[in-house]
Amino acid sequence: MRTWQIVFRKEVLDNFRDRRTLLSALLMGPLFGPILFAFVINLSLKQSLSSDTEALQLPVIGQQHAPNLLEYLKSNNIDIIDGPADRAAAMQAVKDGIHDVVVVIPEEFGAQLADATPALIELISDLANTSAEREARRAMRVLQRYNQELAGMRLALRGVSPLLMRPINVDQVDVSTPSGRSAILLGMLSYFFIFALLTGGMNLAIDATAGERERGSLEPLLCLPVSRDELIVGKILSACLFMALSLSLSLVSFYVTLKFVPLEQLGMTPNFGPLVVLGAFFLLVPFTLLGAALMTLVASFTRSYKEAQTWLSAVLLAPTLPILIVSILQVRPSLELMLVPSLSQHLLLNGLIRNEPVNIAHAAVSVCATLALGAALTWICARLYRRESLLG
Amino acid sequence: MIKVTGLQKSFGDVKAIDGVSFEAADGRITGLLGPNGAGKSTTLRILYTVLKPDAGTASVDGVDVVENSLKARAGMGTLPHGSGLYPHLTARENIRYYAQLYGVAENSIEERIDSLIDELDLSDFADRRTRGFSQGQRTKVALARALVHGPQNILLDEPSNGLDVMATRSLRELVRTLKNAGRCVLFSSHVMQEVAALCDEIVIIADGKVALHDSPDGIRNATGCDDLEDAFVKAISSPGER
Repeated sequence: MRTWQIVFRKEVLDNFRDRRTLLSALLMGPLFGPILFAFVINLSLKQSLSSDTEALQLPVIGQQHAPNLLEYLKSNNIDIIDGPADRAAAMQAVKDGIHDVVVVIPEEFGAQLADATPALIELISDLANTSAEREARRAMRVLQRYNQELAGMRLALRGVSPLLMRPINVDQVDVSTPSGRSAILLGMLSYFFIFALLTGGMNLAIDATAGERERGSLEPLLCLPVSRDELIVGKILSACLFMALSLSLSLVSFYVTLKFVPLEQLGMTPNFGPLVVLGAFFLLVPFTLLGAALMTLVASFTRSYKEAQTWLSAVLLAPTLPILIVSILQVRPSLELMLVPSLSQHLLLNGLIRNEPVNIAHAAVSVCATLALGAALTWICARLYRRESLLG
Repeated sequence: MIKVTGLQKSFGDVKAIDGVSFEAADGRITGLLGPNGAGKSTTLRILYTVLKPDAGTASVDGVDVVENSLKARAGMGTLPHGSGLYPHLTARENIRYYAQLYGVAENSIEERIDSLIDELDLSDFADRRTRGFSQGQRTKVALARALVHGPQNILLDEPSNGLDVMATRSLRELVRTLKNAGRCVLFSSHVMQEVAALCDEIVIIADGKVALHDSPDGIRNATGCDDLEDAFVKAISSPGER
């Protein structure tokens, strides 16, 4: 057996017995993402679905002045309830958050309507409050529709076609596919996977230098008649294994989670079947070498386990950077972008979720570039492992 | 056999050792004796190749530790400062890991571990994970780990640190056994009694230099002190004056 194999086997055994590693590799990383995701999606789904199907409770002041309007509102799934005593009380109630929106119908409403002068209705709401804003917009929409209908009827009475009021008819045609729409939501998935992957190998990466040093096991290890290159390679590979494990668990847990998230109700069909899971695994797994080497490299400069953990939390955030920039700039995948790790995985994964055919050239460049960078970092780690000052 | 000639090593401005030379022969126990910070550990670290000397040479069985460090390391069993064991592995697994890394033939590893467990009296805790072991148990396991490939040269850095009386006694016995088997044992200590009780040769190091190198009797004669401790104090306070 080669030295790196011996080290690899020992590290795997050692870390499978380490509660800290298991917790972060097999529990934290893989479950944190999906649970957070499912929670956020479910919450926002509930919000947007409920507001359209459930009746809106609308307090109205001065109900007796506009019986027809109230009927119209009721027929548009709006329940009229008694409002506060007067306009001032209504303003205060909205300010205090007791009501999201209050409609005030002044006494003159009926007379103005009869005179065909614009009749005033007040809609009191707090637009800084998002959920109130949604309710206010819903009430506004219904009121405007009522407005249009009245106008149409007035024109018809005077023998004018109400169609004159609509010189243009705009019809919005949406070409996005249900899986394409879901990509907007699932765009953050790639980062969850990279995060889970990195968390899985974090403890092993720290252990290669700072951990061994702190335990006092580094010096005897270096006294052995084996090459340090092989020691570090064995350690990095074992970190890769845990990262791959964490990644696959995280993919599977997402697969299961998505089954329970009613995305179809939003007109989204996430393309996240078993084949996509498999494809995502192969696209992301080259990132383990890069992640393991990068984390080992950063940890090798630290003096203690604690210090290493602090620095590595920064490394956990590093892969978000390209993803963030790209989501702001809205770039399309290109061959050059495939040279950037984390970004290339993000773009390819989004393509998969959109149900677009995989661009083989892109995938190949992404895998090769990521592996090459990982190998280069491993080489640097090996150089650093030869330093005298390694013992601290 | 270990041979050290004119070793020098500095860390920044601090000269840790400044021209250390001595020989440790096979079948003898050689003690490196000196106060804290005298350069004992630096000398040993150069010998087991984790440090490179600025000047001078060191060889193990004629193999230069700088030129051919891999081969030199193969001929040594080392117990560096503090015996870091892997807490999630059992004592036996710790020893086995080192046996594999030393390149002990796969089919003789278990046999070898069993005989060490027997020899060092580890059987009570051999299959327990090493987390929570006492200092004595740790040292024993670390020692078994260092001896698993049957090295000709054994280097021990302050091995009796933190050991109780019984553990120290069994360590001494083991060192004597190794000597009788014709091995070259080099160990460092700052405890006079320990060195006096064990060593055939004593190398007293002070301020990075060899102050005296002789047998215990020779040192008594050279310093004119009957008591070794007095001799030690005299030797380190006036290096070079015999």
